[in-house]
Amino acid sequence: MNMRILRLALAAVLFVSGTAFAANDTIVLGAAVSLTGKYSTAGTHTKRGYDLAVALINQRGGVKVGDKTYKIAVQYYDDESTPARAAELAERLIKRDGVRFMLGPYSSGLTKAMAPVTEMYQVPMIEANGASRTLFDKGYKYLFAVLSTSEQYLQEAIKLAAEQAVKQGKKPSDVRVAVATENDPFSQDIRAGVLENAKSYGMKIVVDDKFPRDLSDMSSTLVKVRALRPDVFVASGHSKGAALVTRQMPEMKVKVPMVALTHCESAQLTDRAKFGNHAEGTLCASQWAPTMTYRDDLFGSAADYTQLFEKTYGYVPPYQAAESSAAVEIYADAIHRAGSLDPQKVRDAIAATDMQTFYGNIRFDATGKNVAKPMVLRQIQNGAYVVVAPSKWATGKLEWPHP
Amino acid sequence: MDNLLLLFQAPTILVQLVVDGLLVGAIFALAAYGMALVWGVMNIINISQGEYVILGGYISYFLYRQFGLHPLLSLPIAGLVLFLLGVLLYRLVIHRIVGRDMFISLLATFGISILLQQLMNELFGPDVVSVAVDMPTWYFLDNTVTVPTAKLLAFGVVLAIAALLVVGLRYSRLGQAIRATAQNARAARVLGVNTDRVYAATYGLNAALCGMAGSLVVMIWVIHPFIGLTYTVRSFMIVIVAGLGNLPGVFATGLGLGALEQIAGFVLGAEFQSAFVFSLLVVILIVRNAWLRRRREYLS
Repeated sequence: MNMRILRLALAAVLFVSGTAFAANDTIVLGAAVSLTGKYSTAGTHTKRGYDLAVALINQRGGVKVGDKTYKIAVQYYDDESTPARAAELAERLIKRDGVRFMLGPYSSGLTKAMAPVTEMYQVPMIEANGASRTLFDKGYKYLFAVLSTSEQYLQEAIKLAAEQAVKQGKKPSDVRVAVATENDPFSQDIRAGVLENAKSYGMKIVVDDKFPRDLSDMSSTLVKVRALRPDVFVASGHSKGAALVTRQMPEMKVKVPMVALTHCESAQLTDRAKFGNHAEGTLCASQWAPTMTYRDDLFGSAADYTQLFEKTYGYVPPYQAAESSAAVEIYADAIHRAGSLDPQKVRDAIAATDMQTFYGNIRFDATGKNVAKPMVLRQIQNGAYVVVAPSKWATGKLEWPHP
Repeated sequence: MDNLLLLFQAPTILVQLVVDGLLVGAIFALAAYGMALVWGVMNIINISQGEYVILGGYISYFLYRQFGLHPLLSLPIAGLVLFLLGVLLYRLVIHRIVGRDMFISLLATFGISILLQQLMNELFGPDVVSVAVDMPTWYFLDNTVTVPTAKLLAFGVVLAIAALLVVGLRYSRLGQAIRATAQNARAARVLGVNTDRVYAATYGLNAALCGMAGSLVVMIWVIHPFIGLTYTVRSFMIVIVAGLGNLPGVFATGLGLGALEQIAGFVLGAEFQSAFVFSLLVVILIVRNAWLRRRREYLS
């Protein structure tokens, strides 16, 4: 008897949820994001980015498809920061909830877990937080990324070091580079990009260390850096790597004219209680900055977006939130252009996207990568982030050498 | 090869690596003391060791952020809180697995470690934290060897705790009871030792030692909820090499491990740092086993 009631209740729930998602005036986007677990901070930024875009699009009347106007909603699940759960939830969203359009999770690892599922069911997925370039060498047809891929993160630093060498009357090939990257796919992509760029300038790599995930102390790498005196030190190892470099470099009296890192924001390098002023002068790779001059019809400029986000959530949006908002914006635009809710037609419309958003230019190549937007380098100056490269987007002057 | 050459060209680098290694190793040794105790006395391999370290670090971090308390001052508080938590966990979980199969102890303490990780993640968030204590750095040998005061102080604190522990185990009533229980729990019970209380105190003491190590870690490096395994693995290794119940041995092994890790990291590259140390563990176990076999006497 109990089982029967349970089954009936379950059927009722499925019916109600099924009709909700098939409601004829709402387009439901599916998303599994990390609300708990080790990516919960970045996952929350991602969700807020999605929510803000959805709210604004709905406030402006929704998305016009043919003669009809639809509102947008996001069906969320918490992937608990684990790839297996993310893949399971992708399947659940598509199979059980009937979602026909997916948004990406946070991190390359989770995106890697979800992409085969969305591909199998031929459901388009616009992702905003998976930068590993290995996502785009598998021939996926339904995966699109609005962000720059990981090998580009610190390439700009090498270019900047070359420019700086010329300014000092030296040749770019005189520049000596030290690289320390975590031994994970994302950071190894960054390393590959840096080595590629350094090689093209004929620069010498004097340190090339890969540190393990459970790294707790960077002294052996830093001793090497101190002894070999490179002109630029590039390090990437998520927030832990950024924090350790900032913490240990001054302590061990390691001086390098240019230090470039990833994950400065998540490591909160500008928080003086955590790092004093040791982060001053550090260059940080960023997908986007509020000072950039991109704009679109929905959010206005990057500064307008920042203002709206800050008003809504009480803090300045990190790039993870901005790129997530951009992903929803691309969906709205593509669905509108497709003039249909057919996933195949929407997929083709996404592939044909060529537009500017507040987050940057978006144009996908055949593999689904956004090839229209550069990475930027921000330098920490007086405790604030200032864009210093590429020169087209720079709002401040590079302070060199690193203090 | 280049790195090895560099060591010969600039021998002071070796001094730096050894000094760094000793200072790092002392903190590993502190966490390993507790593991050696719990393993030796209760026959439990405590997989949640690293999480106690991180939790101790978070307590110091919290007290620093809220009240500006220096981690060295909050170290006893972290130790006390972790002691109480250790006793609580003993009463809730550990007392059920004392004397049972060692595999059960691995599972139970692994469960505790996951629980603590998630709890810390919930309370403090997944971001990396650290306490910036602005302390000077000492320079030696024409500025080629640097010794941060924070690491030096941490080393001193570990030495002091080690000395206290050795003296306490030798002369205090509780210490004697712990040693008696470790030698033969049944005989100790017959002689009136309340072994259940001894186990609770031992487990609490282990957690307290880890907590104090955590206060030092947050002062020197960084912590986040999922980095505990580093300390568990190091403790495990130190105890295996040093042997159970050999506290001076644990300290010496901790220092040696730290120095070797630094040198291996420098010469082979950071990616082989752990691999080298674990290969060394295997070699030590094989050599020791062969040595013991030669000395072992058989009754015919």
